[in-house]
Amino acid sequence: MAQMINLRRRGLLRGSGITVLSASAVALLAGCEKMAVAQSGNGSTANDVGILNTALALENEAISAYQLGAQSGLLQKPVLEVAVSFQTHHKEHRDALIATIRKLGGTPVPAKSDAEVAQALNASMLKTQTDVLRLAQRLEKGAANAYIGVIPSFGDRGLAQVSARLAADETMHWTVLSQALKDPLPAKALSFGA
Amino acid sequence: MRMALPPLAMIWAMLALAAAVDTAAAADAARGQELYESRCGGCHSLDANRIGPAHRGVYGRKAGLAPNFSYSTAVRNATVVWEEKTLDAWLTNPQALIPGQRMNFRVALPEDRADIIAYLRQQSGK
Repeated sequence: MAQMINLRRRGLLRGSGITVLSASAVALLAGCEKMAVAQSGNGSTANDVGILNTALALENEAISAYQLGAQSGLLQKPVLEVAVSFQTHHKEHRDALIATIRKLGGTPVPAKSDAEVAQALNASMLKTQTDVLRLAQRLEKGAANAYIGVIPSFGDRGLAQVSARLAADETMHWTVLSQALKDPLPAKALSFGA
Repeated sequence: MRMALPPLAMIWAMLALAAAVDTAAAADAARGQELYESRCGGCHSLDANRIGPAHRGVYGRKAGLAPNFSYSTAVRNATVVWEEKTLDAWLTNPQALIPGQRMNFRVALPEDRADIIAYLRQQSGK
């Protein structure tokens, strides 16, 4: 897969960077900043930081997964543009999580390399656009459910709400990917979380 | 012939045994696989360490021993062995079982937890 990397595309994908807090990240954090400062030293804060760092690891994996998909040469327009757009969302999630972790006095976990993620996700088995979309669909559903599943564990209810908003984004991604794959709608309500 | 237990106590004992058997029999590993992939798959795989450790072989193993995974100090030092009771407690509220852990993901419904555990047990060859 490494030989298939389009360097111009790679530059495009990497270009959005992480040094500037995006407008979305600022909006996501709105209302949490005062709570974050007020909670410094609180016993539940360390646990909240742990949850956010797990979420950050998940977002970093998603960014790498979309990177691998985009670089594979398997995605055609307009699917490629959608994948890049979703990757941008995940970068904004990452930025917001890093900012929140730092405000809470924590240290953001570093991202694994794309190569490590590729191995963990068995990316060498991706042979078609459908394979890439299925992987993305599976990861997005898992991410949505992860964000829902940690909501009861947050000490800060504002952060629990942020988790719900992140889950909504992942669910939107899953829905679009499912539509692209022409999957049927879920037969029953409440198909996410528990 | 005189019974060793009074009839009422025997009935209760039989009901308790039946309930235990029903719980084990009711756990559905196939449904557990679906739940595992949709609920746990965001962070876990059977054979690869990702956000969380690889899960094949987890049933019956002491906590914190998946090869090459960087655990929290709390999980690494825990004495918990993963079997039905401990996995159920873990999936109910990880922080209550091992304070300082990093998962924090909860599965609310007992039947969902039972099915996921049945799948993990199956995939661990137990």
